[in-house]
Amino acid sequence: MRASVLLAALLACCAPARLCADSFAGLGQESPGFATVTPDAALAFPRDFGAHPGFRTEWWYLTANLRDASGASYGAQWTLFRSALAPGPELAGWADPVVFMGHAAVTTASEHLFAETLARGGVGQAGVVATPFRAFIDDWSLEARDNGADAGISRLFVSASGAQFRYQLTLSADMPPVLEGDKGYSRKSEDGRASYYFSQPFYTVEGELILRGAPIKVSGRAWMDREWSSQPLSPDQKGWDWFSLHLSSGEKLMLFRLRGVSGRDFIGGNWIDADGATRQLAPEDVSIEPLATTTLASTTLPTRWRVTVKSRALNIETIPLNPASWMGTRFAYWEGPIRFTGTHGGEGYLEMTGY
Amino acid sequence: MNQSATTTPSHERARKPLLRVVGVKKNYATPQGVLEILRGVDFSLEAGASLALMGESGSGKSTLLHLVGALDQADAGDIFLDDMSLATLGEAARAALRRETLGIVFQQFNLIPSLTVADNLAFQARIAGRCDPDWQGELTRRLGLAELVARYPEQLSGGQQQRVAVGRALASRPRLLLADEPTGNLDEATGEAVLTLALELVATTGCAFLMATHSARLAARIGRRALLSGGGLTLL
Amino acid sequence: MRQTLWTLATLLSHWRRHPANLATLLVGLAIATALWSGVQALNDHARKSYASAAAAVSGADARALVSTRGGLFAQDLYIKLRLAGWKVSPVLEGTVRVGDKSLRLIGVEPLTLPRGARLVSLREGEGIADFLKSPGLGFAAPETLAQLSEGAKTERGLSLPPPRALDAAPPGALIVDIGVAQRLLDRPERLSRLMLEAKGAQPLASVVGDALRLVEPDEDSDLERLTGSFHLNLTAFGLLSFLVGLFIVHASFGLAFEQRLPTIRTLRAVGVSSRALIAAMAFELFALALFAGGAGVALGYVIARALLPNVAASLDSLYGAQLPERLTLDAGWALSGLGMALLGAASAAAGGLIRTFRLPVLSVARPQAWREAHRRYLRRQALVAGLAFAVAVGALLWGGGLVGGFALIAGGLLGAALGLPVALAGALALGERLAKGPVTRWFWADSRQQLPGLSLALMALLLALSTNIGVGAMVEGFRVTFTRWLDDRLIAEVYFEASDDDAGQRIEAWAAKRPEVEAILPVFRTKTQIANWPVEVGSLRAHETYAEHFPLLEHDANVWARLARGDAVLVSEQLARRLKLNVGGMLDIPTEGENWSAAIVGIYPDYGNPNGQLRVDIDAFERHWPRAPRVNFSLRVAPANVTGLIRDLRAEMGPRLVRLVDQAFVKNLSLKIFERTFAVTAALNTLTLIVSAIALLASLLTLSALRLAQLAPAWAMGVTRKRLAALELSRIILFAAATALFAVPLGLFMAWCLVAVVNVEAFGWRLPFHLFPGQWARVFAIALLTAFLAALAPVLRLARAAPADLLKVFANES
Repeated sequence: MRASVLLAALLACCAPARLCADSFAGLGQESPGFATVTPDAALAFPRDFGAHPGFRTEWWYLTANLRDASGASYGAQWTLFRSALAPGPELAGWADPVVFMGHAAVTTASEHLFAETLARGGVGQAGVVATPFRAFIDDWSLEARDNGADAGISRLFVSASGAQFRYQLTLSADMPPVLEGDKGYSRKSEDGRASYYFSQPFYTVEGELILRGAPIKVSGRAWMDREWSSQPLSPDQKGWDWFSLHLSSGEKLMLFRLRGVSGRDFIGGNWIDADGATRQLAPEDVSIEPLATTTLASTTLPTRWRVTVKSRALNIETIPLNPASWMGTRFAYWEGPIRFTGTHGGEGYLEMTGY
Repeated sequence: MNQSATTTPSHERARKPLLRVVGVKKNYATPQGVLEILRGVDFSLEAGASLALMGESGSGKSTLLHLVGALDQADAGDIFLDDMSLATLGEAARAALRRETLGIVFQQFNLIPSLTVADNLAFQARIAGRCDPDWQGELTRRLGLAELVARYPEQLSGGQQQRVAVGRALASRPRLLLADEPTGNLDEATGEAVLTLALELVATTGCAFLMATHSARLAARIGRRALLSGGGLTLL
Repeated sequence: MRQTLWTLATLLSHWRRHPANLATLLVGLAIATALWSGVQALNDHARKSYASAAAAVSGADARALVSTRGGLFAQDLYIKLRLAGWKVSPVLEGTVRVGDKSLRLIGVEPLTLPRGARLVSLREGEGIADFLKSPGLGFAAPETLAQLSEGAKTERGLSLPPPRALDAAPPGALIVDIGVAQRLLDRPERLSRLMLEAKGAQPLASVVGDALRLVEPDEDSDLERLTGSFHLNLTAFGLLSFLVGLFIVHASFGLAFEQRLPTIRTLRAVGVSSRALIAAMAFELFALALFAGGAGVALGYVIARALLPNVAASLDSLYGAQLPERLTLDAGWALSGLGMALLGAASAAAGGLIRTFRLPVLSVARPQAWREAHRRYLRRQALVAGLAFAVAVGALLWGGGLVGGFALIAGGLLGAALGLPVALAGALALGERLAKGPVTRWFWADSRQQLPGLSLALMALLLALSTNIGVGAMVEGFRVTFTRWLDDRLIAEVYFEASDDDAGQRIEAWAAKRPEVEAILPVFRTKTQIANWPVEVGSLRAHETYAEHFPLLEHDANVWARLARGDAVLVSEQLARRLKLNVGGMLDIPTEGENWSAAIVGIYPDYGNPNGQLRVDIDAFERHWPRAPRVNFSLRVAPANVTGLIRDLRAEMGPRLVRLVDQAFVKNLSLKIFERTFAVTAALNTLTLIVSAIALLASLLTLSALRLAQLAPAWAMGVTRKRLAALELSRIILFAAATALFAVPLGLFMAWCLVAVVNVEAFGWRLPFHLFPGQWARVFAIALLTAFLAALAPVLRLARAAPADLLKVFANES
């Protein structure tokens, strides 16, 4: 699950630098008029690759763990958020009450570069098309490489740029998308907040990073999340810690911990086999504990974690590539590549919000 | 008639004349050509002495007086006041000389119209830094101006104005008092009265007195007389 | 130091004895400074608000992309640039009318606002969601908000979004979402410009071709350029008033010097060095100038406050510029006003100071020297006058532009003013030679003697009178021409604007069925740009109304037939002048489609329009501008039926109408706009005349004391006091009459310059030159009346002078 930051702030009319006292970025606010997430809706592709106008918040979220020829590690992120300010159908022109926001980042061991851009919907500056798949904002895009109607999202081309970086990557997956939660219904709290959620964690990546004009050829793995909802959090949830892990044995693990104000955390996750079978994990099965913190300019937060999944005999410790992977966007959060050791090894991405 | 250009020690100064005029020449340019008013005038005046300059209208009496009073500059020759050569003095120094060493009374327009009699009397003394209220009070009394101190010059008669002029010139205790036809605009009786007062005060202060006049009778009241004629001066 | 202080005290005591002289000097300097600084305050105020308006959205050093053809461009270009990685933010600006006020609308897109933008607080602030969602919000400065009522509607009947206060908003403007702006201004998918935060990797031309160009921040805003000539005019009048005021100061200082000459002789004789004397005089000058200048600056503020509403209204009506109603005092402006006062006083007194410094101590008191000096002074004055005339002729032959026009006027005025005493002296000498009889000869000779003392005041009077005539002729001529022109142009009796094309068609159909309507004349309008200059295009339906009434300056023999053919146009005078067009030439006009090359068959006057204008036949208009709105119409109706028709039209078609007026209303409105524009110059004109009247009065009063001494001999020889008084009075009136006589041709010269050179350069159109003999007679009467009143006090004093006073003159003379 990923965060929707500034857009939610717009909805909540909060001043940007101040987090709402209750839920992070107002994601816990009431949303009258918008569609609600129900447990029995069936996800269908390629329809659900595209946008869902009835829902308030939605994102297309890509993270990639990359290596260059010399073996140095990199991380790349590409996100497009879509947020509706008012319920109703899509309108043409400026009257469309939709705001798009893009985040892009490149992380190396020594630096973390990021960029942010915003656009209104309805005028053609940003948008998402389901078939052939294309998500774009300004000159950033995430789109299918083939033009065929059945191309889906298996072969994608992604590009973005910031003040000091650019990247162009090609993604290939040979497995179908994976439904998270219970067949795509992902619960986030005791009182039934939820979102629709599927992922494509099986991408292999080839491409090029250009940092300060210097090109670096890279390759690796990538993970895309698709999630949409109208009210994913309950008012008392402050923020979350979320992991997407590529195990070296070929399995994938998605875990999250929603931190409640009163101290009650909500933990969830999915175990995805190497053949694509996915199983939701019970909260008592998973434990996510911070090990060590890092102090950054504006906050202190844990960057090393111990993650255990009892039913899978998994006990790992995660280490970030760059502890200062801070997204200094309007709503700031931590997002960066990690590697892990322990009973299993591998790499992945960690996201922490609400600190 | 020695012409020394250097200053002399004070004990010698007492013996040297206060005023020495040496070979002074003065020309005026007129539409008709150059007019030579003074063609080499020599005379000297001791400290405390008086001299009356006589001559017809246009003979150069006023011109000579103006030269002595550092109001104008000679074309040739030199004038020594207290052994200081006027020719070598700059404008500021000459103004200082007038302030501190001289007192001048003209025939008319002596007073500053916008100041009262009292302010007029004190004016030169003030700018010379020698304002002495007692001396000014005595001058006021002896010149008979006690009731007029608050009046303005336009409210005074001619004689009264000339008396104020005399008082103003003497209030700063000058070493030389110059008067250019001071009674020329006054009737005989008033003129005599003013001159009497002036001579008394000159005697009191012990300053030298140089007066230009065309009246032989007035000149007779002054000790020495000299006649200006044809551009030259003759002592009588 | 001691010397200087005592000397200063003495100099100042002079003023205590002559308070009238001091008063006129201070008043003269104060008024001169007031007029100058008042005008400057207005100009500064306007310029500051243009700058802040231009930087309102983008911040002072932001770059922008605008259309190369001027005007609006397609929103599509914005999207193309964003998709190519250019960080641009769209802006749409326009004006709507709310009630009887115009409101500037600024449409912005808050999410893409550049980091340095002044309105970036919009993005960060609260309420942004409400701003983006329907119906949106309108941000305005608190003082603008006060003028907007809740639920206000535009002229098209559209509601404004709910207003909110925002301090960063410029005055007279409402900031709304770009979509809202497009809707309110009826400009769907059009933009005024793009704020540029960062360029993209692709070059501009490869993304948008030549449709857009980059504008650097130091380019003048449109408003600055447009209103430049208006402000230059104001400055010129302010400068003229300042100069006339300086004449008074010069006269007062001069008189003071002359009166103080005996004092100065005494001061020098008593031993005040010339350096101390100059220092004291300089200090006195400085103190007086500072005091009068301070009063002048304060008075200037009052004048500016009083004139501001008219200036603001003129700028709004003529150029659409918005000025905040409250005049703000700037320390820099006050200091520059004081500086002008000091400079003016110094230059006015410089002559006297230099004279005092250079004259040897003694000749100060001798009267003959003054006459010689005055003769030389007159000769020198004649020389400078000749030089000034030469400059004027040079400006006429080789000068160009507004500056050349003003140089022409300045040279002519200065030359005439300086030459006046010379001419008067000559006339008096002639009179003396021709006169018979002793008293008459004495009259002429004595006048010559009095002339030097009065010459400055007479020069000031001459300048003021001729300015009065010149500017008055221009204004009056303009009023006559404009009224006649309005009568010709506003022939139709009813004018209306429909809310959209459809409404327009329905109303047209309705009108066609009404028996009172004699003709329906559509006046569709659109805009284009020719040679980087905005040009309005209007349609004409062929009808005898135009052939009979439409005023044309120049035209082809078959102008109306050729126009109806559809391949010819009429151009406005401004357009013709600017592009040097002639009847019979061709003009390339950008239209919605391709360029249209049309023949020019007529040039017509279009007073007051800062833009160019074209008139084309209606079919040609519809062909070349198919998308232009078809909402403006005029109707020919018999005058008796006008009210009835308007009433019915409003009743039946009310909601479809944006505006419905009759001819009288339009005429009154137009006239009011022009009245306000010229009210400013009229006010300055009157003030200048008052200033010169004070100069004359001042000179006469101060001279009156000296006059006694000069008149006493005549009295002693048997001329009665009454006769002397009568002669004095007639002399003054004679002087004033002679000055007024000179003022008439000079004023006409000035009027011609204003009409033929300055106005053309400043506004682009030329007024016909009118003569108003009635004005001259009025100015003549004013001059004589002024002289009479000014001379009254001194003359009465003379007539009642006791013999003792006259005798005293002799008692004190040598």
